[in-house]
Amino acid sequence: MAARKTTAKPNVSPEELTQYYRDMLLIRRFEEKAGQLYGMGLIGGFCHLYIGQEAVVVGLEAAAEEGDKRITSYRDHGHMLACGMDPNGVMAELTGREGGYSKGKGGSMHMFSREKHFYGGHGIVGAQVPLGAGLAFADKYKGNGRVTFTYFGDGAANQGQVYETFNMAALWELPVVFVIENNQYAMGTAMKRSTSTPDIYHRGNAFGIPGEMVDGMDVLAVKAAGEKAVKHCRAGKGPYILEIKTYRYRGHSMSDPAKYRTREEVSKMREERDPIDHVREMLVQGGHASEEDLKAIDKEIKAVVNASAEFARESPEPALDELWTDIYAEAAD
Amino acid sequence: MPTEILMPALSPTMEEGTLAKWLVKEGDTVTAGDVIAEIETDKATMEFEAVDEGVMGKILVTEGTQNVAVNTPIAVLVEEGEEVPDLARDQALAAQPAEPAAQPAAAAPEPAAPAKVEAARPEPDWPDGTKTKKQTVREALRDAMAEEMRRDGDVFLMGEEVAEYQGAYKISQGLLDEFGSKRVIDTPITEHGFTGIGVGAAFGGLRPIVEFMTFNFAMQAMDQIINSAAKTLYMSGGQMGCPIVFRGPSGAAARVGAQHSQDYAAWYAHIPGLKVAMPYSASDAKGLLKSAIRDPNPVIFLENEILYGRSFDVPMLEDFTVPLGKARIWREGSDVTIVSFGIGMTYALEAAEKLAEEGIEAEVIDLRCLRPIDTATVIASVQKTNRCVTVEEGWPVASIGNYISATLMQQAFDWLDAPVINVTGKDVPMPYAANLERHALVTTPEVIEAAKQVCYR
Repeated sequence: MAARKTTAKPNVSPEELTQYYRDMLLIRRFEEKAGQLYGMGLIGGFCHLYIGQEAVVVGLEAAAEEGDKRITSYRDHGHMLACGMDPNGVMAELTGREGGYSKGKGGSMHMFSREKHFYGGHGIVGAQVPLGAGLAFADKYKGNGRVTFTYFGDGAANQGQVYETFNMAALWELPVVFVIENNQYAMGTAMKRSTSTPDIYHRGNAFGIPGEMVDGMDVLAVKAAGEKAVKHCRAGKGPYILEIKTYRYRGHSMSDPAKYRTREEVSKMREERDPIDHVREMLVQGGHASEEDLKAIDKEIKAVVNASAEFARESPEPALDELWTDIYAEAAD
Repeated sequence: MPTEILMPALSPTMEEGTLAKWLVKEGDTVTAGDVIAEIETDKATMEFEAVDEGVMGKILVTEGTQNVAVNTPIAVLVEEGEEVPDLARDQALAAQPAEPAAQPAAAAPEPAAPAKVEAARPEPDWPDGTKTKKQTVREALRDAMAEEMRRDGDVFLMGEEVAEYQGAYKISQGLLDEFGSKRVIDTPITEHGFTGIGVGAAFGGLRPIVEFMTFNFAMQAMDQIINSAAKTLYMSGGQMGCPIVFRGPSGAAARVGAQHSQDYAAWYAHIPGLKVAMPYSASDAKGLLKSAIRDPNPVIFLENEILYGRSFDVPMLEDFTVPLGKARIWREGSDVTIVSFGIGMTYALEAAEKLAEEGIEAEVIDLRCLRPIDTATVIASVQKTNRCVTVEEGWPVASIGNYISATLMQQAFDWLDAPVINVTGKDVPMPYAANLERHALVTTPEVIEAAKQVCYR
């Protein structure tokens, strides 16, 4: 991976940088809290934490405009918080409560917000890729100039439907940014054991889709790459691929002991490449924030996360009637 | 010796066709392999080659003649210098070519193509006095799509060969011309991918019609249909509706083997979140498809290749729709209820006519939709007849008939005078051999036999 950059790029103001810090920290603290609640039995089933990958969604959200869409897999809490969904609603969905985004009927892997243009939250590896291209298809059909960020992992990159989608997205010049969040492990299988070539973004070449590799531990590098990709899509030039190299600190899900990698590998990444520490340094070294300022932000975030946990505990379980609702939509007319 | 040239079968389900054009005239010398005519099938215009050599002695069917039955002599080939024989018999045939029921003796009785039975129609879906016109199921489906596309700019059609080829089965004929390539979209052969794109477009606010060339190929896309289209509304707590229609032929065509001959009614009917329609008649095909396109939910629309070319009365109404989830009583009767849907109705109605000759009056119900399924109409009928036979082309295990039987046992037990019999396709992959295929499918005699059995006759 490229050496860490230590200075803010000129197009980022101290205020923006502070905002990225705040957004990434919210995801980190939220996920830590979710891990705690899981341990307490308040969250059930599968729970895939985003810790370590925060710069990816925060950097790309910084490149998005109002009305742009996003869709991802089951490791989705970070995406929801980054696009402005309410932490209370997300946490209450994790606990399966009425106040959750899906009224408790979706869970960790299945949350949505039409208001924030977040289209899920999909549990089948790779299935969100054609869905994301379909959202882009709808935008192109309507001619509204919107772009869809379609996130998937290095594991999903081996699904056949991804390449079926690349073909059609290129053929029909769909405004979609394919974001490959390469955290280097498809569940427990290291990329070199699952993937025939080291650079996944090269696979777009076969379809005439431009792509690039991005340092996913550097929020500014992600933002810059995202802006380039979005500009390409909005200009009507079709899809763009960003392979964003990142790292998840936790296991694949809460039940994964992560025996397939060494403790040293994880701690080296945390110590040397942590995306939040990186921004923190930039803020302090650039004289944009004092230690006190940052502490205040930490405290503020902690309060938001604690409140979401409180809300998620207090929110009642869905009424039993909810079992039978939302199976079919009623005709509007 | 003169050789008769017969009207060829140029597709697995072709029973008749149009002799579009002769490319030779009487007196011309032809050699084997020469293209001598253009013949329009239900799917395409095909070139027809001579298999023998000789001189065109007599053209028996003039160009432009429609509904020429397969195996009808269309010309006579003679040897050089040979007299053209007396062709009175053949000319008589050529003069009335539009009688598909009058199959030439050479053709074996075909269970997939029984005589049309359209006599009884006690519950039409249109008011008395409405004018009707004869229309094929194929035309009715196209009209339904065209009308809905005119009505709503968000409706579009995507699938393999739907645009420039005009539809593999000609269902989308003319739509590209009227609506253009933005709304009638040829996809690559990539069911998993384009189904996902269709579902995503529906989440994004459009109303896609996704055509599967046949539903056999939709198995590649099963995950997107069930996990993405059917379940997302529920998983999103009601936020993420998916108004989409998946349509195409399902079930056996003719002689296309196991991978291309499968009835998917029971498969899709199993899934909460989907609606499933399976029309028999042209009016239902039209009215149900229009309702399906307007429905805010994913609808599986199962058509049948053999029914595409059948004609029925279709009401000439500006906006004719049939609600999803309501059965139609085709024939009233008091002795036994026969419940079917899709092509199964062909056997059910034919059996009912034959049973009537033996004094058994069958009530024939077309379910039309399998989810929601109108069990109320079936129960009401069985409360009158006290006996029930179900008819479907699909396999017997976990079939629609099983569900009807269980429902009757639970809700009409006291009215039943005999166990319900499920007449189904045989529990085997579809064989290719003509005789084996005939036995694998439902037959009218089996329906008659089952009806007699529940009547203890």
